[in-house]
Amino acid sequence: MEFNNNFILGCSAIGAGLAVIAGIGPGVGQGIAAGHAAAAVGRNPGAKGDVTSTMLLGQAVAETTGLYGLLIAMLLLFVKPLLP
Amino acid sequence: MVGGILLSDAANIDFMIHGVFSYELFGQRVWITTTHICVLIVMLVLAIFSIIAGNTMKKATEVPKGFQNVVEIIVEMLDGMVGNTMGKNAPGFLNYIGTIFIFILVSNISGLFGLRPPTADYGVTLPLGLMTFTLIHFNKFKYQKVSGVIKGLCDPWVFWAPINMIGDVAVPISLSLRLFANILSGTVIMALIYGLLSKFALIWPAALHVYFDLFSGAIQTYVFCMLTITYISDAMTTE
Repeated sequence: MEFNNNFILGCSAIGAGLAVIAGIGPGVGQGIAAGHAAAAVGRNPGAKGDVTSTMLLGQAVAETTGLYGLLIAMLLLFVKPLLP
Repeated sequence: MVGGILLSDAANIDFMIHGVFSYELFGQRVWITTTHICVLIVMLVLAIFSIIAGNTMKKATEVPKGFQNVVEIIVEMLDGMVGNTMGKNAPGFLNYIGTIFIFILVSNISGLFGLRPPTADYGVTLPLGLMTFTLIHFNKFKYQKVSGVIKGLCDPWVFWAPINMIGDVAVPISLSLRLFANILSGTVIMALIYGLLSKFALIWPAALHVYFDLFSGAIQTYVFCMLTITYISDAMTTE
């Protein structure tokens, strides 16, 4: 079955939009990490530097899954792998 | 056609890697791209900086002054970062961590100076990840010996070995993809703003540059180096 190129491009755009929904997970995860870090600093203000660096490290690791979704979206939009 | 919806033509958006010239090598067409040129510029800047720094430190004075202060601050910061997390193993890895830290940082920040950041090319970040991967496994075999590595591979049970192996292979991929995707997303967003809103992009994109180039670039540099340190010290612990 033959598809029109414009149809494929439109479907790629929808797929890209769906792929960046992956950003929800890291958002929640980073928020939880930041909240706990704020609580930790509140309990022990002396350890602010250590808590902040640990929080940033954890957030960056949590961010990775969202970035995979972003990469899929960019591949669909700009590399257009589905076009014949 | 999209000109009605957007403010200018989509053809203005440009964040791709361009080939500059190509040559034949063993029957393969090899392209020299903008990434190569940006990496060369970054390397040139770093080389000049280190030559000047070396000359300054040769005639260093007891009380630092001028440029010597800058060099000492950088070295002390890297010393502190590696030393705090690696402890007695730090001196052996200080050179590697310091080198990749300075290289990635300058690469990320080079977006501010009109270059396309070299780290927004997967061909630059994957080798960085693979170097870390090699170091991790070299140290694993050195400190845990072959028996320890096999024991760690079949950790809860023998049949978990394939899953542990996938976990090992995922380390360089996730390291390099994290750096690549972060910097690429900044590059794409800046290109979209300059391409689509070119009439309105006057002064306010500076704030976005501070976030995407300086803040995000510095955080990702720090994260890459800290994860490298963590993985390597993890590989060096023997039970």
